[in-house]
Amino acid sequence: MTSFSDRLKAWLGPEMAGPGLALVAVILVFGLVSPQFLSAATFGSVAFQLPELGLLTLAMLLPILTGGLNLAVTFTANIAGLTLAWVLQANGGADAGAGAFALGCILAVMVGAASGVVMGLVIAFTRAHPILVSLSMMIFLRGLGEFLTRGGDVSGFPAFIGPLGHGSIAGVPVPLIVFIACVLAWHLLLTRTKLGFNTYMIGSNIEATRYSGINTRKVIVLVYTLSGAMCAIAGIIMLARFNSVRIGHGESYLLITVLACFLGGVNPFGGFGRVIPVFVALVVLQLLSSGLNLIGANQHLATAVWGLLLVGVMVLRFAASKFKISFVRKGT
Amino acid sequence: MQQLAPTGGSEKPLLSLNDINMTFGGVKALKNVSFDVRPGEVHCLAGENGCGKSTLIKIITGVYRPADGASIEYDGEVYSHMSPVTAQDRGIQVIWQDLALFPEMSVAENIAFQTVLGRWPKLVDYGRMRKIATDALQRLGITLDVDLPLKEYAIAQRQIVAIARALVGEAKLVFMDEPTASLTQSETDHLLDIVRGLSAAGVAVVFVSHRLAEVLEISSRITVLRDGALVGVYPAEGMTQSRITELMTGKTFDQEVRATARQDQPVVLDVKGLSRPGQFDDISLTVRRGETLGITGLLGAGRTELAQTLFGMLQPAAGTITLEGKPVHFSSNRDAIKAGVAYLSEDRLSLGLIQPQSIADNLVISSLGKIVSGGFLSDERKRKLVAGWIADLGVKIGLQSDAISTLSGGNQQRIAIAKWLATDPKLLILDAPTVGVDVGARAGIFDIVAKLAETGLAIILISDEVPEVYFNADRVLHMAQGRIVGSYDPRSVPLAEIEGAVYA
Repeated sequence: MTSFSDRLKAWLGPEMAGPGLALVAVILVFGLVSPQFLSAATFGSVAFQLPELGLLTLAMLLPILTGGLNLAVTFTANIAGLTLAWVLQANGGADAGAGAFALGCILAVMVGAASGVVMGLVIAFTRAHPILVSLSMMIFLRGLGEFLTRGGDVSGFPAFIGPLGHGSIAGVPVPLIVFIACVLAWHLLLTRTKLGFNTYMIGSNIEATRYSGINTRKVIVLVYTLSGAMCAIAGIIMLARFNSVRIGHGESYLLITVLACFLGGVNPFGGFGRVIPVFVALVVLQLLSSGLNLIGANQHLATAVWGLLLVGVMVLRFAASKFKISFVRKGT
Repeated sequence: MQQLAPTGGSEKPLLSLNDINMTFGGVKALKNVSFDVRPGEVHCLAGENGCGKSTLIKIITGVYRPADGASIEYDGEVYSHMSPVTAQDRGIQVIWQDLALFPEMSVAENIAFQTVLGRWPKLVDYGRMRKIATDALQRLGITLDVDLPLKEYAIAQRQIVAIARALVGEAKLVFMDEPTASLTQSETDHLLDIVRGLSAAGVAVVFVSHRLAEVLEISSRITVLRDGALVGVYPAEGMTQSRITELMTGKTFDQEVRATARQDQPVVLDVKGLSRPGQFDDISLTVRRGETLGITGLLGAGRTELAQTLFGMLQPAAGTITLEGKPVHFSSNRDAIKAGVAYLSEDRLSLGLIQPQSIADNLVISSLGKIVSGGFLSDERKRKLVAGWIADLGVKIGLQSDAISTLSGGNQQRIAIAKWLATDPKLLILDAPTVGVDVGARAGIFDIVAKLAETGLAIILISDEVPEVYFNADRVLHMAQGRIVGSYDPRSVPLAEIEGAVYA
């Protein structure tokens, strides 16, 4: 008989401890320091800021679980956004209809996926390091995008796209709904599908996985394809939020997505990590920057505090693992 | 039980340990162990995995500090514990199983790098390093190009480089941890000659090996440990392999030939003229339902390449493979698994199992289709499937979610076998299934193999230990240099005859 708390623990996994504690700490500290922190306004701003970084983090998560990395997430999102922007402009710009928007979204996701397919094929067949492959893709996409846009903004979209970036349904921001849907999809993918299972196995030992009869190349290609498609969704949300597309937008998120994964307990060498703790880690990062903003701290300081938090979590994790070992040994 | 045989006269020991106790968080790794080594002798330290051999070596070399009350007497001085620096300065060297060498660096750098550490000025004198390296190799009677990177050399030569490095430190006492584990017979013979040479030159060698034949051949005395306690010290003279096994495990093993005739059974696998240039040539064999076909031969005989070809990981250049009457062409191991071929890798650590992942996931990875329910993987089905196999094969585990690396070699191997049985194979290829499995647990693995054969599974059992195939297979094929050079029936041929042919 397993108790509810045991089952909850099993569902959340051991990775939950770090981000869970950080969440409690952040809420407590800012709740005490600033009375306005625990207000609807704070959570509203978090809810609108979370999805962009969150969707890109989901795109980063799958490659990390295979022991790789996708450094092209932000520029893939930009290029996918650009694809949508062009479809809208070619269909009348501000007067474009819902059909054009739907077509643009489909093409954007296809473009994002295509960038993933290319990276996946190169990584799977040449065994080149994912950092190098995705870095090359990142530079290619940036150059291509800057060439096509001459470094400027592309804007002028129909008004009905606005709510996708700013609107709410029953008080819940639309981008947040999209993000949570994607979180659940990723959770399902990783815990309940063969692809997810094989993603973890490849992350721990790709050769042993191949010997077990898994088509590891196919898994790698699919992982990067899904990563690229998720970037495209982020790109579409970014287009709607800023009502424009610019190559380089969101660039500063790139390394934060990697760090959010690690804060969420994802093993940097692959094989272990879960979606829900990463989601909580993202909430912590956003709450932290909103809280600092609220008490009037400089925005750059917020970034510095993110860095400190991550270092702190790693030290704590190390201490916790030490403590656990000595505890277990005493027990035997 | 302790019989300190008076071989070698009353010579004062070079190293003498007494009352060694070592505890790791409540677990007693060593209990009142004493151990001594005489100058220039070859002494074997024998025992199953986890019996405390490595712990003892680490105490002598200063890695661990024994519990109070220990006495370590070495070369006329008494210590309560060693430190790594003292051990090294006083001429105690260890050659670990993984050799601890630098593959990218040159042979000279590998041999002589310790001599340039901590010197002033902090510059590297390559000329001097090369001279030191060449001299050390010369003492071993070996010529290697000291400027080549180490990775250019095969494992046997690397072993020699590691020994040369130990000699540079003016060693008086050298520990060798499983030095022959990855060597072929002729390389092993060569290494044993080198050990004899060291011994003749007055260097004492403590030899740790699972290969009991070598132990008997090379050492003058054998110290046996079991469960962290000393069983005894025995002269090698008059000792037998089976007696050492009994001492190591505390059990007696009566092995009997299991072979039976299966000529009336239908053929499962029929291989004709299979070749892969440079690896194996013109291999023809059949395996029948319920039959265990043993394939033995030295490392590099092409056994593993043949197995991987039957499993679709490699493609043959010529020849045919027929499975249950149908010709098959595997373009990958996925085709082979679908057709009913399973292959237990010889390299359990890096190819056979995914060590960091859970027991359950390792067991189901090759048969994920069986735990799908409604289009998604079902935890409940996975749990039941795994529980069933664990009960069937008698695996001892804690939780299904524990990492497979937490299991002993024998239990890991059972999970690896279960993983393949879960794919419902017709043919199971076992490549060196007892590597890294304790002597005591090996019998359990072969009991499983025998039971599987009873159920009609066709089995190919590959091993470089002739007794393993002799006692557990129905027929034995001898492979050498990529060809099948002999076929034996264990019921009519004595073990010594096959051993003579294989190890010749």
